[in-house]
Amino acid sequence: MADITLQINGQKVTVPAGTTVLEAAVQMGIDIPTFCHDPELSKPGACRICVVEIKGLRNLPPSCVTTVTEGMEVETESEAVVNARRTIIDLLLANHPQDCMTCQKFGDCKLADYAYRYGVRTTTFIGDKTDFPPDESSAVLSRDMNKCILCGKCVRVCAEIVGRNVYDFTSRGFTTKVAPALDVGLGELDESHCVSCGSCVAVCPVGAIVEKNMKGKARPWEVKKVKTTCPYCGCGCNFDLNVKDGKVIGVTSNPTAEVNGRHLCVKGRFGYDFIHSSDRLTRPLIKKDDDFIEVSWEEALRYVVSRLKDIKEKNGSEAMGVLSSARCTNEENYLMNKMARVAFGTNNIDHCARL
Amino acid sequence: MTNSINEIKNCDFLFVIGSNTTETHPIISLEMRKALGNGATLVVADPRKTEIAELANVHVALKPGANIPLLNTMCNVIIAEGLYDKEFVANRTEGFEELRLGVANFTPENYAGIIGAPAETIREIARGFAKAKNAAIFYTMGITQHTTGTHNVLAVANLSMLTGQIGKPSSGVNPLRGQNNVQGACDMGALPNVFPGYQAVTDPANVEKFSKTWGMQQSSKVGLTVGEMMDAAHNGELKALYILGENPMLSDPDITHVEHALEKLEFLVVQDLFLTETAMLADVVLPGASFAEKDGTFSNTERRVQRVRKAVEPVAGKADWEVIAEILTGMGFPHKYCSASDVFDEMAKVTPQYAGMSFARLDEGSLQWPCPTPDHAGTKYLHQGKFSRGLGKFSAVDFEPPAELPDAEYPFVLNTGRRLYHYHTGTMTRRARGLSIIYGEESIEINPADACKLGVCEGDQLKVSSRRGSITIKANVTDRVPQGMVFTSFHFAEAAVNFLTNSACDPIAKIPELKVCAVKIEKVS
Ligand code: SF4
Ligand code: SF4
Ligand code: SF4
Ligand code: FES
Repeated sequence: MADITLQINGQKVTVPAGTTVLEAAVQMGIDIPTFCHDPELSKPGACRICVVEIKGLRNLPPSCVTTVTEGMEVETESEAVVNARRTIIDLLLANHPQDCMTCQKFGDCKLADYAYRYGVRTTTFIGDKTDFPPDESSAVLSRDMNKCILCGKCVRVCAEIVGRNVYDFTSRGFTTKVAPALDVGLGELDESHCVSCGSCVAVCPVGAIVEKNMKGKARPWEVKKVKTTCPYCGCGCNFDLNVKDGKVIGVTSNPTAEVNGRHLCVKGRFGYDFIHSSDRLTRPLIKKDDDFIEVSWEEALRYVVSRLKDIKEKNGSEAMGVLSSARCTNEENYLMNKMARVAFGTNNIDHCARL
Repeated sequence: MTNSINEIKNCDFLFVIGSNTTETHPIISLEMRKALGNGATLVVADPRKTEIAELANVHVALKPGANIPLLNTMCNVIIAEGLYDKEFVANRTEGFEELRLGVANFTPENYAGIIGAPAETIREIARGFAKAKNAAIFYTMGITQHTTGTHNVLAVANLSMLTGQIGKPSSGVNPLRGQNNVQGACDMGALPNVFPGYQAVTDPANVEKFSKTWGMQQSSKVGLTVGEMMDAAHNGELKALYILGENPMLSDPDITHVEHALEKLEFLVVQDLFLTETAMLADVVLPGASFAEKDGTFSNTERRVQRVRKAVEPVAGKADWEVIAEILTGMGFPHKYCSASDVFDEMAKVTPQYAGMSFARLDEGSLQWPCPTPDHAGTKYLHQGKFSRGLGKFSAVDFEPPAELPDAEYPFVLNTGRRLYHYHTGTMTRRARGLSIIYGEESIEINPADACKLGVCEGDQLKVSSRRGSITIKANVTDRVPQGMVFTSFHFAEAAVNFLTNSACDPIAKIPELKVCAVKIEKVS
């Protein structure tokens, strides 16, 4: 495809034909606000927060759906653009609960970020606010549609990527909201058909959908994110463990994950409670007269080593065996292979690959 | 997998056989949906009407154990109609004549009844697969957990080689590995017949090499598989067993037998996160560390090696690799590592597929093996231009029915598998609040017609018995299962289905036949 050269904020850039103004700007490291746009999803061009000024055009086109043309001159933060964005934010705040202090998304919310960036302190519009009851029916997600800015990303991610079509826009005008068909609770799984994967949480730009188990646990800046690999199935999804005070408090998507991007299944995203489960073993146990006695690591290891040595001496290597684990790391499996082949002296090693 | 996950969306023909992909490999199923969105044809062969089967253009409601008839009849049609890839067969394979003779009798008409699909449907699928630009096969335990598991896999390979649908992007044979690191455990030599990197213990050159590197004479005698170890323990030949992070008391077939075997051991060590059903039988239980508590790597189903990173301190103070190294040292073989990265480096030296990898490289991004040198970018799909063994070999395989089929006394086929919301023996997922709320109790799927005959309603308690044991479990009346079949998972200890399953094994790969055994069903009043 032919290349196109244009100017954004006075800087020249050359991109392939068909590129949008937004994509060209992203390439140059210019940050244009977006609500409804997502590179992975279809482009409704609906929210208009991404408008830009283009020389020669009377209106301000949304950059996410405007393709570049040769010689185009774009301004991304002109006065007209900033005023338009302010009006959009103002309108959104007009029907938005201003309870940021207790909102789970505080500190990581696009609406709050842009209100801050464009100095929109409170709304200038006075009128009714929607008053939808929160949907707490899901075991893993909390939904508060009063905070929804109707960007439609949850609708599209669920339909276009997850393939479940759980959400749609219901009603019209002021009472428009996003909900499962017939407005059933998300957690009524037989009717909503939700598989609790949380891809909708991963794309929601505001606090309208949040992870239930993380509510009230930590502010974004208190959390250390550690990228790792899922312990469940062989897909090998990556995600961020969210850690606060030495405890895993949740899982969030890491867009750089090579296999899965931001998408996970319900196990990967919500299956980590076992880590800090109260019945985790914390000390070695030795069985004495049919009861387990807690012992120190030194004592346990000394005992294990001496019994294993004894049995090997008495009965030979072939009387020893190792069952390694498809759940453990490569490093651990390698060492288990050495336990069998070097310390025990046998090839009696297997794991449950067959199950 | 011979292909990569991100090649799936560009397949134009997906043949999914014995894989409940949306539940067992959810993220891979998203890629399959993308392929469908791009206009691909999806054919699913599975006895059950799973979600992926409902998405399919054609669903073959395969009769239990009829994998070989289906694959062989497809080969038969492709040869008879001259649709095979003559160039590929001539240049890259051997044994075509053997295959041709082997499948000669497998006409769709002869086997339609056994397969459970009309002959014309089988022809259509065969033609579609052969003619597709990029066709790929995906399978899971539905292929392997049979007494004919090895033959099933060979039959899959026959089909892909015959049509040249392998060794290209988006085209190949893709076993979807179940557990997160089952690929890695195999790669690392946690198998009785191979050293790390699939180097056979029976090859004297390998024995010499590893004896030298490890400073300990290696044995060329193939060791025992899990099932054989249980048998050996049972008859007193195996005295000591060290189990890391596995729970055979729920996951293995014929639990009663497993329990007796473990009890007979002189010394059993279990290293695990929890006091599992298996740990209860141990002489010593060592606390394990979860994936969040240690550094390391996992290798996924597409051979992608990825970092596991320590996020919190080990609850019991030690990572598993540290414990194992201490035991090795205690037994007189000093193993001192400063980090998991040290262990990886030692492993990479003896494992050719991993030789070019290091933590430093993996921290920049994952790598798919084989990755033989530090400047090698890794391998997206296998068998490009050449098979590992040189020429691909066709092997004629014949149909053999499952070891235990229904009869008058045990009239139902019991099929087992996994659920979306849980994993393996449930030790981890069942402790997750959200997952337990969503799916807190197991049930057994039974067809409405069968339920009607037995007077069973949704939610009734059923006693399900096989020749080996019985369990009580709630009925889920659904046409997901065909008549004559019931299905449940092995995630729940209180309905441990492996009390019922048959430990009859595939004679070559020693995989138990968990997909088919005969049971009878009674309503508990
Ligand atoms: S959790 Fe997943 S399935 Fe459920 S609504 Fe959100 S995206 Fe759709
Ligand atoms: S819930 Fe979130 S993602 Fe969905 S439309 Fe509202 S703001 Fe957008
Ligand atoms: S998040 Fe789900 S699909 Fe991804 S690896 Fe984990 S279990 Fe598999
Ligand atoms: S982000 Fe461009 S219109 Fe919404």
